[in-house]
Amino acid sequence: MSVDTKQVAKIASLARIAMSDAECEKMVPELNNILDWVEQLGEVDVTGVEPMTAVIPNTLRMRDDVVNADPKTGGDRREDVLANAPVAEHGFFGVPKVIE
Amino acid sequence: MTDLTQLGIKAIRDGVADGTFTAREVTEAFNAAVAAADPLNAFLVKTPERALEAADAVDARRAKGEDLGKMGGVPIGMKDLFCTQGVETTAASMILGGFTPTYESTVSQNLWDAGATMLGKLNMDQFAMGSSNETSAFGNVISPWRKSDGGNAALAPGGSSGGSSAAIAARLCPAATGTDTGGSIRQPAAFTGISGIKPTYGRCSRWGTIAFASSLDQAGPMARDVTDCAIMLGAMAGFDPKDATSLDLAVPDWEAALSDDLKGKRVGIPREYRMEGTDPQILESWEQGKAWLKDAGAEIVDISLPHTKYALPAYYIIAPAEASSNLARYDGVRYGLRELPEGAGLQDMYAATRAEGFGDEVKRRVMIGTYVLSAGFYDAYYTQAQKVRTLVARDFEQAWDKCDVILAPTCPTASFALGSLDDDPLTMYLNDVFAVPASLAGLPAMSVPCGLNGDGLPLGLQLVGKPFDEQGVLNAGLAIEKRAGFTAQPEKWWS
Repeated sequence: MSVDTKQVAKIASLARIAMSDAECEKMVPELNNILDWVEQLGEVDVTGVEPMTAVIPNTLRMRDDVVNADPKTGGDRREDVLANAPVAEHGFFGVPKVIE
Repeated sequence: MTDLTQLGIKAIRDGVADGTFTAREVTEAFNAAVAAADPLNAFLVKTPERALEAADAVDARRAKGEDLGKMGGVPIGMKDLFCTQGVETTAASMILGGFTPTYESTVSQNLWDAGATMLGKLNMDQFAMGSSNETSAFGNVISPWRKSDGGNAALAPGGSSGGSSAAIAARLCPAATGTDTGGSIRQPAAFTGISGIKPTYGRCSRWGTIAFASSLDQAGPMARDVTDCAIMLGAMAGFDPKDATSLDLAVPDWEAALSDDLKGKRVGIPREYRMEGTDPQILESWEQGKAWLKDAGAEIVDISLPHTKYALPAYYIIAPAEASSNLARYDGVRYGLRELPEGAGLQDMYAATRAEGFGDEVKRRVMIGTYVLSAGFYDAYYTQAQKVRTLVARDFEQAWDKCDVILAPTCPTASFALGSLDDDPLTMYLNDVFAVPASLAGLPAMSVPCGLNGDGLPLGLQLVGKPFDEQGVLNAGLAIEKRAGFTAQPEKWWS
């Protein structure tokens, strides 16, 4: 499988990366080189093989149902959460207007 | 007085504990080395005052007769992938410009709790994507090593932990943290003549470590020698309920159990690692490594890892797929850069921010990841790659019937000139061909220096172990270290 400029533009849009036509064009051979190379995976017989889900067997744990048991991952840290925001207003993240 | 910057973790820890020198003296020596090494561009942020304060705290504890910890008074470098409270953390990307975490990563906190102190944040490939440290938004790290032909060509320190490897090799710090997703600890260690171990996936918490590919990312120590790696890994590792994939296992005392006596151990030599294009001097060093391990009492056995050649292409689907998902969080809303063109709406702001903030290699990988996960292509690429990953892991499981640890080269070449692979991402990727299989299988793996090639550049040998058997890896590494007697250092041209 290979991609053309139109598909690269579509991928860029899905990835939310603004790209000019020239940039898309430049990326076509770069992506196709990589895609051609990964194509060899198709040679591998994977009949009856399950896709990997966990590399080291591990069981998911339930934590105790306690509010803010670990203050690092609990609530009440609005100031910390907003500290690095490019725009923070009234205790919220500020974004451009989304509803006309 | 001895040059304190020539000391490693163990020597510093023991020297501070028995009063041969103070933590402050050690820190002052390394602060001076860091301040004088700007041409290497290894540090993104220097924190000399913070290091001194922490050193004074260690000295004060000693004065009171308190325990100084596993790494009491040892100043280290911190790869900029680890969030450090109050100290800018960017993963070497413009998109995190100015990001100052309000919390500390578990791994770095564990190190501070063990008495280590921070000299600064280390440069790296942007978001840990790269094998030469050329994708950093803040400039290349220059390897302290130069070819012995008298040329001054700037060489790659390896990547992505290239700031870490360069800083240790140049004696700017005795040790540093690294992270390894597909070789990012082992390859830079091999390029710069130092040691580094990636533990079993889950040994070190990923909490507070900026994510690249979560099913592969694993932190580990980089240091002068195997003993120092054992000490530092012991300080970094441990169960963390804040990471769902953290291993709920006790941390063994790797340092105490170190032994280069390999009697009764079988060392596997994977025949598929004898690849075309591998530097003949690297193949020679591999032969030498076998002889050393035999001398240490091990039995050498041939093994087969039949899916080796498919590991790297599988990795270049899985890692970008996870990266495209993980890096979706950089949107100009919550932290870092925001690009808001005149009159732009929310979607345009996302796209403009990401276009401006991500470097070329990061964009390339996010694009690949987005593509392989997109409707219609998911099964052909992503599911197939995850099935191949199962087979790669199964190869290792079957190999463990025949051997206890695997010996292989770390990389197919020694360090190369910066800029030489610029236009060729694929050739760059191939540098991790020997490192990636162990990453896909989540296995502990380490690189130890074994000698210099004809150009006077360091070469590394890689040891891969069974899950949870860091000890077996460290012990085999120690056996090589003792026999290789690697003491070479780069000539100091940067200050």
